[in-house]
Amino acid sequence: MNNKAYPTWFAGGALLLYGVFVLVPAVLGLGFSFTDWSAYSTDIHWVGLDNFAAIFDPNSNYLSAIQNTVLFTVATIALKTVIALGLAILLTSGVKKLSYLFRALIFLPAVLPILIVGVIFQSVLNPDTGLLNSTLRLIGLGGLAQQWLTDVSIALWSVIGVDTWRGVGYIMVILIAGLQSIPRDYYEAASIDGASGRQTFWHITLPLLMPVLLVTTVLNLLYGLRVFDMVFVLTNGGPGFATQTVYTTIFQDFSLGRYGTATALSSLFFVVMLVLSFFVIRVMRPRHEG
Amino acid sequence: MNAVRNFRATVNYALASGAGLIMLAPIYLVFVNALKTQTDSATMGMELPLTPQWANFGTVIDQGKLVEAFFNSVIYSVGGTVLSVLVSAFAAYVLARNRRRRHEIIYMLLIMGIAIPTNFVTLTKVMQVTGLIDSQIGIILLYAATQIPFSVFLIYAFIDTLPKELDEAAFIDGCSPLRTFGSIILPLLKPVLVTCGVLNMLNLWNEFLMPLYFLNSTRNWPMTLAVYNFFGQFQSNWALVSADVVLTILPMIIIYVLAQRWILSGVSAGAVKG
Repeated sequence: MNNKAYPTWFAGGALLLYGVFVLVPAVLGLGFSFTDWSAYSTDIHWVGLDNFAAIFDPNSNYLSAIQNTVLFTVATIALKTVIALGLAILLTSGVKKLSYLFRALIFLPAVLPILIVGVIFQSVLNPDTGLLNSTLRLIGLGGLAQQWLTDVSIALWSVIGVDTWRGVGYIMVILIAGLQSIPRDYYEAASIDGASGRQTFWHITLPLLMPVLLVTTVLNLLYGLRVFDMVFVLTNGGPGFATQTVYTTIFQDFSLGRYGTATALSSLFFVVMLVLSFFVIRVMRPRHEG
Repeated sequence: MNAVRNFRATVNYALASGAGLIMLAPIYLVFVNALKTQTDSATMGMELPLTPQWANFGTVIDQGKLVEAFFNSVIYSVGGTVLSVLVSAFAAYVLARNRRRRHEIIYMLLIMGIAIPTNFVTLTKVMQVTGLIDSQIGIILLYAATQIPFSVFLIYAFIDTLPKELDEAAFIDGCSPLRTFGSIILPLLKPVLVTCGVLNMLNLWNEFLMPLYFLNSTRNWPMTLAVYNFFGQFQSNWALVSADVVLTILPMIIIYVLAQRWILSGVSAGAVKG
């Protein structure tokens, strides 16, 4: 009865699209990673591990791109989670009136295309005329004004900052829903027992919010490792290679016709994510009943 | 005690307003500068324009090919969303109901796509071979494919909460599988389909990377690519860049204001309820 009532071909459309556009390129990519495939020649030769050797060369820009991507990911996870949690608590317990308005305002940047956020911040971060430096000067903190996007040691942090500005509202909205799903009884019991605000946070809010925090972390992780638009429009990987990430490097190699290294880096990323995906599925799996 | 409480409340509201202001300031900035002359906009200041330059918008629409790009964005994101939600609902239904080993494997394979990245280099090859590169149909199919894993995941979890007796009864009464799904299950899926649709739309409307790789002709560009290109050409004229940005984000902001309850609950339902 099962097969007649629930025919497998129902899954055909999804499988076909997913297979053609995701699985086939991924498998092909694994093969092409070992070749010198490029835009300059119609011949493709087997080159063994040459592409991977180029990526793991200690002086290569590939390695620094990988480092930047990891730093970006870890920093945005930390910043977005902490700030979003603070705001979520503020808007669920501290601020009652107008709470919905504040929520909507803080989420607003998340509906804007990342690319456009980048264009806007090209202006905001302009060292001479930008809103950020003028505001700092206005309130007497001119000493903190920086060359936000062109200083090698700051540029990546500026990108991280803008990305946090854009994404924090999204995480906040999820955390608010998480906070609201914690039964009120726990808080009532805690307050009868005379627990302080801090104790309530560490012993009730945080443990009960853990599953949701895990989900937001996974979302931030998947986004962070693939970051492209924000970097591309703000710094295009510069100054030098200071803000190159995995995805901007792949695009750059692709544009330069170096398909072999581009696909090798993609495949490497694919294998890493494949391993991570088992962790991701486990995080998301047990919440069937909800 | 009361004084302490008042002080706390004031601090809380100050914090919330501060956060709101930080979110609004950059957006306010492009709105005022969109109406300035090129010289006045050079400093991108917060002050209001002396005489509003409404003509900026005309220039931008002309030069930025915004109308065409807007309709492209609508076609791509709506097309991709509808297609992915539809095929995902069908797939999630059989995979959730018919738990044979083969189906378990298909399900795992599909939702692995939530994490695994696209190989754009070999995907280019696939798009060339199938003749889908630089084509509107091609980008819609590709958009749909990228949204399938998460959509299947969400809809599958939702179908799991519906009693199986519903569709079994219909099937025993002689309904075909298609009819059972279409008239019994599909109507019940409405909340999760809305959530799914909202999330897919948000992702696809903002998509930039895939058009950058796969759409070379200007006439196929969505808004994001058109704005990027415009920004490259008119970087020295912040008034025009701002006007371009305003026209691009205005529809989003209007839709957001009108549909914020759907959007905010879609975002949280997608993550919290699963």
